[in-house]
Amino acid sequence: MRINHLLGLLLLVVSNFALGKVIHQERSMYRNIIVEDSGNLRCLKFNVKSNKTNQSCFLKSEPNRLVFNYTKLLFSGMIVNPNPKRILIIGLGGGTMSNTLHQLLPDAEIENIEIDPAVIKVARQYFSFFENDHVTSVVKDGRIYMKRALIKKQKYDWIILDAFNGDYIPEHLMTKEFLEETKALLSESGVVTANTFSVSELYNYESATYQSVFGEFFQVKNRKNENRIILATKGQLPNQEHLKGDLATLHDRLRPFGVNILDVFKSFTKEQDWPENTPVLTDQFSPANLLNQ
Amino acid sequence: MDSRWQNRLIYLLAFSSGFSIMGVELLGGRILAPYFGSSVHIWGSIITVFMLSLSIGYLYGGKLSTKNANLSRYGLIFIVAGILVLPIALWANPIMESIFMAVEDSRYGSLLAASALFLLPTIVLGMISPYSVRLLVTHKEESGQVAGVLYFVSTLGSALGTIITSFYFVLYFEVNAIIISFSLLLMALGAIALLFAKAKSNQVLASDKELISEN
Repeated sequence: MRINHLLGLLLLVVSNFALGKVIHQERSMYRNIIVEDSGNLRCLKFNVKSNKTNQSCFLKSEPNRLVFNYTKLLFSGMIVNPNPKRILIIGLGGGTMSNTLHQLLPDAEIENIEIDPAVIKVARQYFSFFENDHVTSVVKDGRIYMKRALIKKQKYDWIILDAFNGDYIPEHLMTKEFLEETKALLSESGVVTANTFSVSELYNYESATYQSVFGEFFQVKNRKNENRIILATKGQLPNQEHLKGDLATLHDRLRPFGVNILDVFKSFTKEQDWPENTPVLTDQFSPANLLNQ
Repeated sequence: MDSRWQNRLIYLLAFSSGFSIMGVELLGGRILAPYFGSSVHIWGSIITVFMLSLSIGYLYGGKLSTKNANLSRYGLIFIVAGILVLPIALWANPIMESIFMAVEDSRYGSLLAASALFLLPTIVLGMISPYSVRLLVTHKEESGQVAGVLYFVSTLGSALGTIITSFYFVLYFEVNAIIISFSLLLMALGAIALLFAKAKSNQVLASDKELISEN
């Protein structure tokens, strides 16, 4: 019985290796970076052990089409703010989000912040990540970049927080103080979409922390509940009925990129599904990595 | 109260100082992160400052132990160390804020901040090891062995301070609460050493008086 189990596991591992071909691998200052091709699909991984660690994927034949479910969910930000002029992305991954947004909003300023220079290099080389007059990337810790931006009185219409996919969670990017800085960087119509944890104990802690800073927020989930996006706004959260109005136009804009925004909108919920007394994460108390087990 | 108890007390104190040093060092990463990030160079700054301060502390502690070494002074070192640890909890944010504004490069910013917060308390904590050796050694033949046991005890304290702080303390307490506890622990141990020294000198005085009256 036990041996069968082991054999099955071994087979799984072997077949996985057979399916995906590693075309690039490097150990950066922060992590292992692996680029894997499986037929037409190319993925960026930060760890070999599990499939869950796919960081960013794209189809080589259709680089415009978004493959990843949670990246599609991030576009929920455009339901609330359809024409953002300045966009800040924390955590580059393969750069697919940046590429897509530039095609969608050619006049928007897009700033990508990534702590690991090797990730930027790999994104350029293997995922067609590009920079130009409107799209820039900076190697910096997200928290520091945002603190400096605050001093320079910068404002963003859309902040995308997506720095949480590796094995290690940057705990200082999960605290109340960090989210207060994020909120202060938002323009009056500004919106933040954050890719957050959906399974571990962190779910409750993160929910409580966002609530303490932004008040009410939307949760956006996919069918399998694998990912959860938190969508919060600087001002009062818009009425769900009201948002429905422009959905059709946005749907047409996003369709070529493989995003079905009507589906995404269906999953919008304001429901509070975490216990009332959940502690808030702060700079003083943020054992995120210990809670995510 | 004989010298056997005094030695046990010294080992306990050395253990606790090792525990506190590494506990504080570990929290250093958490304290600096909001202003200087969690890049590799943050740990570079913290470890550099701790190693540098310890080396200075060893030198000073050894020097101090050559003149009139006694348990009261030993206790005072702990009390001073405890007091110097407190500003980490009280003023870390304004200190880091001003350094953050003044220095753009987060490598040098974190190095400056780590120095401002940890240099002085760690220098004083570093003085404890050589001073302990001085108080423990009575014959030069045993000096190597005594130093060996002392390093064993204090480094074991460091190992436990690291693991317990990172595995458990951060899960249950706020950073400042842990720092303040380390500070109070150091001061309390220093006070115990002072009381012990006082009791011992009273005892000596009393036995001297007995001797005098018998004569």
